[in-house]
Amino acid sequence: MRSFSEIEVTTKKASKAIGFSWGISEEVGKNIRLLEMFGLPGLKNLNQYYKIYKISNFENIDEISASNTPKTFYCPILSGLNFFDQSSSISKFNEIEINKIAFPLIFLSFVSRTSEIIGKRIFLKMDDKEFLFNFNESIYSNYLTGDVLEKSDKINLKFLDNKNSFTEDDWSEIYNLSLKTYVNESDKSRERTAGAGLTDND
Amino acid sequence: MEIRLRDPKFLMKLSKLGSFHQSKLSFLRSFLSEFKDWKYSRDLFQLNDKGHGRAVYSFTKDKRTYSLICFANEIKDDERSDRVIATKWDAAFTLFDGIPSKEDIDRLNDNVPKQEVGRLSYKELTLSRANKSVRVFDHVVDSLSNGEQPNKEILSKVGYLYRTTAVYGSGKFGLADRFRIKNREEIRGPFRLEMMLVYLVRQFTFDQVNHIAKNKNPKLAVELDPAISRNLGIGNSTGLGMAPFIVNHPTLLNNWIHARETALKQIREIEQVSKNEIDIFYNCLIKSLKNITSWHTDSEFQKEKIKGLIEDLKKFIKFMKEDFKFQNSYQFNQIYNWSEENLNDECIEYIVSMMMEPYDNIVNPLITQMSSDEEAHFNIPVDRTIEDLRNILENKYSEILKIDFLKDENNQNFWFISKNKEEPRIGDRYIDEGSDLEQPLAIARDINKLYEAVFTKKNSSKIGKFLKDNNHLRHVVRRAFIAEKFPYSEIQDNTIGSKLVPIDMLRLKLSFFGAIKFDPRSDKWLRICMFQGAPLPSELGNFDDKWIYKS
Repeated sequence: MRSFSEIEVTTKKASKAIGFSWGISEEVGKNIRLLEMFGLPGLKNLNQYYKIYKISNFENIDEISASNTPKTFYCPILSGLNFFDQSSSISKFNEIEINKIAFPLIFLSFVSRTSEIIGKRIFLKMDDKEFLFNFNESIYSNYLTGDVLEKSDKINLKFLDNKNSFTEDDWSEIYNLSLKTYVNESDKSRERTAGAGLTDND
Repeated sequence: MEIRLRDPKFLMKLSKLGSFHQSKLSFLRSFLSEFKDWKYSRDLFQLNDKGHGRAVYSFTKDKRTYSLICFANEIKDDERSDRVIATKWDAAFTLFDGIPSKEDIDRLNDNVPKQEVGRLSYKELTLSRANKSVRVFDHVVDSLSNGEQPNKEILSKVGYLYRTTAVYGSGKFGLADRFRIKNREEIRGPFRLEMMLVYLVRQFTFDQVNHIAKNKNPKLAVELDPAISRNLGIGNSTGLGMAPFIVNHPTLLNNWIHARETALKQIREIEQVSKNEIDIFYNCLIKSLKNITSWHTDSEFQKEKIKGLIEDLKKFIKFMKEDFKFQNSYQFNQIYNWSEENLNDECIEYIVSMMMEPYDNIVNPLITQMSSDEEAHFNIPVDRTIEDLRNILENKYSEILKIDFLKDENNQNFWFISKNKEEPRIGDRYIDEGSDLEQPLAIARDINKLYEAVFTKKNSSKIGKFLKDNNHLRHVVRRAFIAEKFPYSEIQDNTIGSKLVPIDMLRLKLSFFGAIKFDPRSDKWLRICMFQGAPLPSELGNFDDKWIYKS
């Protein structure tokens, strides 16, 4: 088994070798390590992408907008990097649509890191696959095959509001249960066991 | 009185960093302190009469065990090389996480002796190999087998029986990634497990030499005197591999230096130093003179450094005897200020190391702050402005911005990785091939390029926008924002200039390891000694932590 450290260092160097700058290569190395740690086939997808990288004409998303469509296909690295670098401005969109992106799994690693930076969960639907990015702590997905994804015709991203997954009723019920770990108070117990006096007014 | 931390622009020059010495903060000393109450044992020792075979040593506490697995092999004299291109070694080692099964040892027997071309697993933590100092090793075997102790003079010239030529960790060749173990209490200081490997290897060398002598002459042989063993360390032969490390790990470098500087600041701020504290400092200094004068090196560069150090120390001792005013307050600040005014860097940094000796209470809490979670500082704050970045460059890199990279001599060298061994090298840009594959270690040059690039940009413009058109400078944008928070993260010097002495970078790292007896073999590699004078594993329960000054 290759260690995550080996995966990061080697994919960084491979990215430099394919023509990216050292700074971008560092990002790719980190991202592929991240995907592999989350159990997603980052290295396999990157390897396939680099096989066609120089013979294909991939495009960059210059300014991320609500809807983005290239003439050919977007490069997942440069587009992902711009998505990440523009993280503060893009979260103003509730939803973002990206059409035609090559090897989209590589792009997802940038989305995961963006979720951490903006402090919001991101829901992403890619064709029939769904991903929920949880602040770069985990990725929840129905994509478990580990296949290489050569392209996606349509990606939809939604920035989720920071709200709880439960109702106030759920909370009250759980909270009331938690109260059963507390000891009932009396004036006597307050006097004997609390640090302050019986009155809060002074 | 508040003393300021020393200015990184002055401290982080390579010549200054190359003058650092071991101290109480050094990793091999803090390793011994951490593991002093662990149970040591030799669990397996299956060597033939020539000393070839396998052995296992361990440290155990509660439910945790670390085991060193040793494989000693027969190699021909002409196969023995300290160079990284070597493919065979006298012995190879790995530190195993737990107690290895026979299957583990058999698996490792097929891989550990192959080193870089073998494969390790998440169960193994560090990997190393070592070669005998044949002259010393044979002398010790001959002496012991004849019932005599070896000649101390011969031993002192070398100081060890074996010399390691690399110690790997952190995921290399399939070893466990650091994240698997980083939260363990006992390895809060950097390089703890690398230090453990080297320390246990040292014991293996003593056991092996005793074993061979005994088999050579069972009736007459004696064991190596523990006092002589104690005075032997483990050698290390170190090339350029260490140099990129300190550039590639800026927050870690910061934390090492910051700990040292914080200790110095706090010691200089002590208003009333006790007589006992001054005595500890002074005694360590006097005892260490024996150590310095026993350094043997053929390097003119190092000979000059040692000569200067000894001359300066004599001046300093004269000052302590004649002019130092103990009755005045802030005694260590007096000592430091006098040193700054009267001594050279090599001796100033030597004295700084000694000043820590009386102060466990200051030094020990700092040891746990010397690791770094580098991942936490990787993201570039793309929301910040060009004005922020320009301010950082002007404030944190002002020395570097003075370097004129239009001059050839300031671009003389380039760092690259050799294909055959994947090891760092440094070449002359105007002579050697490969500069098109230069590694990103020319930080000073690239920071200058970044400064030029931001110069014409609008103050309010965001970093994210700047990167869109300047991704070729992304690596130094990241570093600049790290330097903003970590003042000692950058070498304030040119790492590709014609005046570069690469071993300055190696010495910096080795001093934090706790190495002594720096013996440069060229400007690109050197030999050192580790654990010379250290207690033996059986003595760890009760030892003097100033052992390093007694070797």
